[in-house]
Amino acid sequence: MIRVSDLSKQYGALKAIDQVNFHVEKGEIVGFLGPNGAGKSTTMKILTCFTQPTSGSVNIAGFDAFNDSIEVRKRIGYLPENTPLYEEMTPRSLLRFIAGLKGVPTKEQNKKVEEVISLFGIAKFSGKLIKYISKGQKQRVGIAQAMIGEPEILILDEPTVGLDPKQIHEIRDIIKNMQGKRTVILSTHILPEVSMTCQRILIINKGKIVTEESTVNLMSRFHSHNIFEIEIDGDEKKVQSVLRDVKNILRIDVKEKSNDQRNIYEIETEKNIDNRREISHAVVHNGLGLLSFKTVSRSLEDIFLELVTDEKEAEVKDE
Amino acid sequence: MNNFVTLFKKEFFLFFTSPVAYAIITIFMLMAGFFFYNIFAYYSVVSQQIAMQGIVSGSGGINVTEGILIPFHMNISVVVLLLIPLITMRSFSEEKKNGTFELLMTYPIKDYEVVLGKFFAAFAFYGVLITLTLIYPLIVSVYASIELPVLISSLLGLLLMGAAFIAVGILISSLTENQIIAGGLTFGVCLIFWLLGWMETEASPEIGTVLKHLSLIEHFQNFSKGTINTKDIVYYFDFIILMLFLTLRNLDSNKWRG
Repeated sequence: MIRVSDLSKQYGALKAIDQVNFHVEKGEIVGFLGPNGAGKSTTMKILTCFTQPTSGSVNIAGFDAFNDSIEVRKRIGYLPENTPLYEEMTPRSLLRFIAGLKGVPTKEQNKKVEEVISLFGIAKFSGKLIKYISKGQKQRVGIAQAMIGEPEILILDEPTVGLDPKQIHEIRDIIKNMQGKRTVILSTHILPEVSMTCQRILIINKGKIVTEESTVNLMSRFHSHNIFEIEIDGDEKKVQSVLRDVKNILRIDVKEKSNDQRNIYEIETEKNIDNRREISHAVVHNGLGLLSFKTVSRSLEDIFLELVTDEKEAEVKDE
Repeated sequence: MNNFVTLFKKEFFLFFTSPVAYAIITIFMLMAGFFFYNIFAYYSVVSQQIAMQGIVSGSGGINVTEGILIPFHMNISVVVLLLIPLITMRSFSEEKKNGTFELLMTYPIKDYEVVLGKFFAAFAFYGVLITLTLIYPLIVSVYASIELPVLISSLLGLLLMGAAFIAVGILISSLTENQIIAGGLTFGVCLIFWLLGWMETEASPEIGTVLKHLSLIEHFQNFSKGTINTKDIVYYFDFIILMLFLTLRNLDSNKWRG
């Protein structure tokens, strides 16, 4: 559905994106992840034909974004960063205007507009000028305008910024429900959002794609690092020495100290080796009390930071 | 074509949802009224003198066309020069500043439809202003018969000259996201084009003729006197097309600059 090859964009001396390659299948929801200034918005601007790349090509639904930009734009619904909207229009008149531009036949315009108005709960403020509505309401109008005309592809640049938790939940549900029906690319720097809504993740940093993987794979790949939280009753020094004797333990930290010697320790063990049995055995047989034993799963946040920082370190080494 | 109509309608009606349009109409009508009153009063003094003394004094002439309509429309053309930058300065600048430009350019709409939609919306608003000035010839026609062909030619001239100013304004507005710069620059550029003819006497004869031909006011003067020259119409059309073409090129280059 979307095929991006060797895409680069340069603003003067600055390389905003550098040789980016990826593809998105029909019906997929892909999360575009990266720190601010990584090149997410630039990529999206190129996909929506707002900006031309310095080199490389974009093919969307069989059309070239450069040569057939009108055909491409007909198939795309776009929500730019910060949700720019005509402040002096009402949501209803804005949506009607956009329905017109997107080629919705005049007869159906009213129906389609009312559809998105009820879908996104816009009815209550559909008659107010956009400059007077709240940020969350604006965001809903923004997504509604992208959805109008039922485009095959939705490109959403930070769709949940500025919304309250309930609204974020609603928007996420809406996006999730599009799975299989529409192709969605959404950018964000909020990680739980991606793990909740997207099937696949593209991580971009400093203009380059760092990782491209399915959400499930990415999570499991990083789970192979084992981290446990163990609450042990006993003298700290003794616990340390006992644990040090167990094989394959990389790190022992005291996570929470308590007055009655019941400390919580964080232990990291070698990848892909399950030595929980050895750990518990060592603790119990040395007269210590094993109060709780918990596997800590790493959040996407950690994975993200690691990928992004790895990149940084690698670059420093290069220099 | 459909897109053009949609965009035109939105742009045109958007003028009236902001206070800017009403401010412009108010100032325009105030100034037009002021000029009309002055010219009309002066004309009545002159014609009284003629009736009493039988001599012509002053340059007003003694028919209403030369005494009222022509000077009035010349004055209106100055007011238009002052006000058109205010009409066009928002056109692209505001969209660029608010980011709606990005949204607009990603809808399936061709660049020329955007340019024409904005141009004709501003032109239609200007048309409303010019239509409002018809009150004054109407007042005159109560007391004297006016020469309709001169009035029509004069209005046509005002419309064409205004359209040329608007085209300049649209071009400049597409170059900056700052409305004040857009307005100021438009005014400056229009004024220079307006006054180019003044340099005719100082310049060499060849260049002088060219400058005179380039001057926006020069061509309007013919219209205001009731002469419709193909040359003048072609001049305005060329001017407008060039400005809109440059706007189009600028939109295109925006895509590369990002």
